[in-house]
Parts: sequence; C-alpha cells; structure tokens
Amino acid sequence: MSADRFWRHATLWPAILLFVALTILPLANLFALSFNDVEWVNRTPVWNWVGASNYQKLPDDNLLRAGLLNTVIFAVAAVAIQMLIGFVLALLTTQITRGRGFYRTIFILPILVPGIIIGAIWKLMYSYDFGVLNQVLHVFGLSALDWLGSPNLALLSVIIVDVWHWTPFCFLLLLAGLESLPDDIFEADRIDGATGWQILRDITLPLMMPAIIVTFVFRMILAFKVFDEIYLLTGGGPGTATEVISFTIYRRFFTEDQSGYGAAMSIAVIAIIAAMIIVATRATAGRGSKV
Amino acid sequence: MNARLQSAGLLRHAVLVTFAAIVLFPFLWIVMAAFKTQIDLLMGRVFFQPNLTGFVDVIFDKTSDFGRNFMNSMIVGVGSTVLVLVVATLAAFSLYRLQWPGWVLHSLLGWSVIFHMVPPITLAGAWYTMMRSVGLDNTYTGLILAHATLNLPMALWMMGVFIRDVPKELVEAAQIDGANVPNILWNVVLPIVRPGIAATSILTFVFSWNEFPVALVLTQRQTATVPLGIGKYAQENTIAFTEMAAASTLSIVPALILLVFAQKLIVRGLVSGAVK
Repeated sequence: MSADRFWRHATLWPAILLFVALTILPLANLFALSFNDVEWVNRTPVWNWVGASNYQKLPDDNLLRAGLLNTVIFAVAAVAIQMLIGFVLALLTTQITRGRGFYRTIFILPILVPGIIIGAIWKLMYSYDFGVLNQVLHVFGLSALDWLGSPNLALLSVIIVDVWHWTPFCFLLLLAGLESLPDDIFEADRIDGATGWQILRDITLPLMMPAIIVTFVFRMILAFKVFDEIYLLTGGGPGTATEVISFTIYRRFFTEDQSGYGAAMSIAVIAIIAAMIIVATRATAGRGSKV
Repeated sequence: MNARLQSAGLLRHAVLVTFAAIVLFPFLWIVMAAFKTQIDLLMGRVFFQPNLTGFVDVIFDKTSDFGRNFMNSMIVGVGSTVLVLVVATLAAFSLYRLQWPGWVLHSLLGWSVIFHMVPPITLAGAWYTMMRSVGLDNTYTGLILAHATLNLPMALWMMGVFIRDVPKELVEAAQIDGANVPNILWNVVLPIVRPGIAATSILTFVFSWNEFPVALVLTQRQTATVPLGIGKYAQENTIAFTEMAAASTLSIVPALILLVFAQKLIVRGLVSGAVK
C-alpha cells in the first residue's frame, strides 16, 4: 500500500516541480522585481527598492497604451476574419466527398511553419521595390503601396499576414466540429423542406457553438501573444503603428534594460489577462445556466 | 437536378482550390526566391536562371551560423520534447488513474490553463534573471527547461485525453494481480497511448522548433536556434534576401517531412487538444 502511495507521488511531482520552478517562482521573482530597479554588476543583479513607482509610471507610458490598443485591434480583427472564412470553407468542405485529405494536408502547412519564417516570407512579398504584391498591383495599373512602411497601412498588413497564417487552423478545428455532427438531423430537415439558410441558422450554428467557442478562445489566446511576425515585419513601427503588448514588454525589459519597470508591466498584463479570464468564465457560465 | 448538384460541387471545389492556392503561394514564392540571385530578386524577374548561391552561402559559408542554429534547434527540440513527454505522461496517468483528490486535479489543470494564456515574454524576463544567477543562461539546459515548461500545459491536456481512453478496469485488474505502478505504466498504459505519445511529441517538437521570443532572450550566438538565425538576416543593414529566402526554405523542411509522414497524427493531436 505504501509502495502505491510512493508511486502516486513520484509520478505527479515532476510536473509540479517544473511548474513551481519555472512558473510560480518566476512570477514571485517578477513581482518582487517590479518594486525595484536593477543594475547588473559582474553578472550579479543589484536591486534598488523603488516602491510602487514602476507601477505609477505605467498609465503615462504611450508605448504601453499603443501596445494594448493595437493588440486588441489586431486580435479582434484577425480572429473575427479567420473564424468567418474558416467556417464558410469548412461548411463547403463537409459537402464534398473527394479530396478532403488533399486540402487538409495543404491547410496544416502554415500551422507547422515557424512564425518568424512566415514573417520573413511576407516581408519579401510586401517589399516596396520588388515584392510580388506590388508587382500584381502594377499589372493592374495601380500604384505601388508601402505595405509595411506606411503608418496607416502597416497594422492592416500585419493583420493580413495573421489571417493568412491562421485561417487554416480555424478551418481544421471547425471542420472537425462539423464532421462530428450527426447526419440524420440535416436529412430530416431537408425532407421537411427547410432552406439551406434555415438549416444553417436553426441547426448547424447552435450545434456548432461549442466548437466555435473553443476555436475562438484558442485563437484569441494566441493572437494576444503575437510577437514573432511583428518582430520581423515591422519591429513595431512605423512609429507605434504596429506596437503590440509582447513587443512593448520585450523592449522595456531587454532592449532598454529596465528590468524593474518591465517586470511591473508584465505583472500588469498578467493581471489584465487574469481579469479577462474571470469575466469570460462568468459570462459563459451565466449564459450556460440560462439555456 | 443532377446537373445542378454537379455544378454546385464544381463551384465548391473551385473555391477550395483557390483557397489552397492562396495558402500555398507564399511558400512557392519563397522557394523560388531562394533560387534567384539577389539581382534577379531585386529586379522582380519572373523568369530567371535557377541559382544555388543562396543555399551554398547559408550552408557552407564560414560566416553563416545556419548549420549551428539547425543543430541547436534539433538538440533543444528533442531534449524538451523528451522531457515534457515523460513529465506529462506520468502526471496525466497519476491524475486520472491513481485516485488523487479532485482539488489536486483541478488546481494543476487550472494553473496550466492560466499559464498557457500568459504571453511567454512576460515570464521570459524572470527566467533570464533567474537563469543568469545560476549560470543557466545561454545553455541548452536552460532553453530545454523553458520550452518543456511552455509545452507542459498542452502535453498535459493531450496525454490526459489519451490516458482517459485507457479503461479503468484494466488498470484495476492489473493492480489486483499485484502489478506495481511502473509495470502497469509500461505494460498496460503505454501500449494503448502510443499514438497519443506520437501525436503529442510531434506537436511539442514543432512548437519548440518554432518558438522565438524565449529563445531570443535566453540564448546567445552559440546556442541560438533557427528562428533567431532567420531573424538576424532581416535585421542586418543590407538584408541578404537570397540567403534569407534560402534559410527560410531549409527551415520549412522538418515541418514538410512531418506533414508527409504523420499528417493523420498531427490532425488528431490538434483536434484532440482543442475539441475535447
């Protein structure tokens, strides 16, 4: 019996240790750091207590404000477009029988490729002088666009890359959801003379809600973490046009070597995300009890 | 009626083929760019004499770090995958089959959800300061630990899904027969969850291979991974476009190989992680 007890603990503790050592301790470290300013002297950090002043600086940080706003615009716009296109394509694909495997293979590819390479590819395609997109515009007699260099266009250009990158993921998850729906419901309704639109609105969409919510949540989480593509495409610029929150933290913490202030910003972002999780759980739980 | 159905089917295929072409086009374009000379590329020539200088420079040039980056990515990818798979499989088995109280299960899974939602860059700063003070910055061990932790939530859910498919009765019967836990894991559980281990391994390896911000913070030239190498091309004053395209093309190869040989497992992994 005590051998069982030993193994019960021995199998779980590696995971707990990894979590404690690399998530809980760092969080505590970050929290302590956020009340200090740090100087490095011979590979040893020297902490100088500054109280809450790092947090007091946050609301006046224009870069942070731009980063938060752009992250929200980026995430909401990109994910909404991806979900819509992905859902329409998944609907089309369930109704064909041949070639599903073929399409699936192609649509997995962008998911497996490093974000930084997606960025490199699009940086070349967006190039003002020789990029393929401006070549296409030229063929149609339109003037070339400064996709990444124009403050008005840069965020949209970055959103386009993200839509291209992640629409296939939405498509695959929503297709899996559609394929798990029972066929006979649709048959019965079609015999009753319901139109395609009615079937979609009254049956498919309500049944698909769980899959839609899961896909949406997955994508929103990833979209809020966006870093790689923007690092390569624009570096947050021009100005603060494509500044996103992960990039702001990276800049403050590492490029400018303000560890204490960067830590305060990290803690604030984690707090915002935790608050959003709580609100989202409450909202879905409330809706669930009504149904 | 039949003709109408057929034309509707054709229309659907046409839409999907168009979408597939849009997805594929950038990849084809970068591969083509990799075979162009810098001049062909800058002139935007559509027809050109295929040329290998980009690849030769990336692979053989003494100043190129690509070979080393590739090795580093392999070491970190394999190391972190093995680590996270062992940890997650043991933990999932423990949580779902060894009668832990509910609060243990919920707090561990709940914590992994929260940790998964937080942008890695927020913790990277603390990882850097902590690892630097114990001498783990700029080491494989440091990055392996970081990548294993980043992938632990996903590995835990996926292995949880597969281990819940192992019938409880099977485990209990083995326990009654006097088998100890390592025996049960090795002889009863592992054979059943082997596809799950394969699917989880592929995804954790790919995510480690692709990971950028944490590797950016924790490594220097000797331990830099492939994404860092690509990022560097883009940051030089005069961007070596051909080299960047060639290096990008080479970096997609592992994903292509996995896609060809393990497509079903990858789909199963992505869907099981998300839908269940």
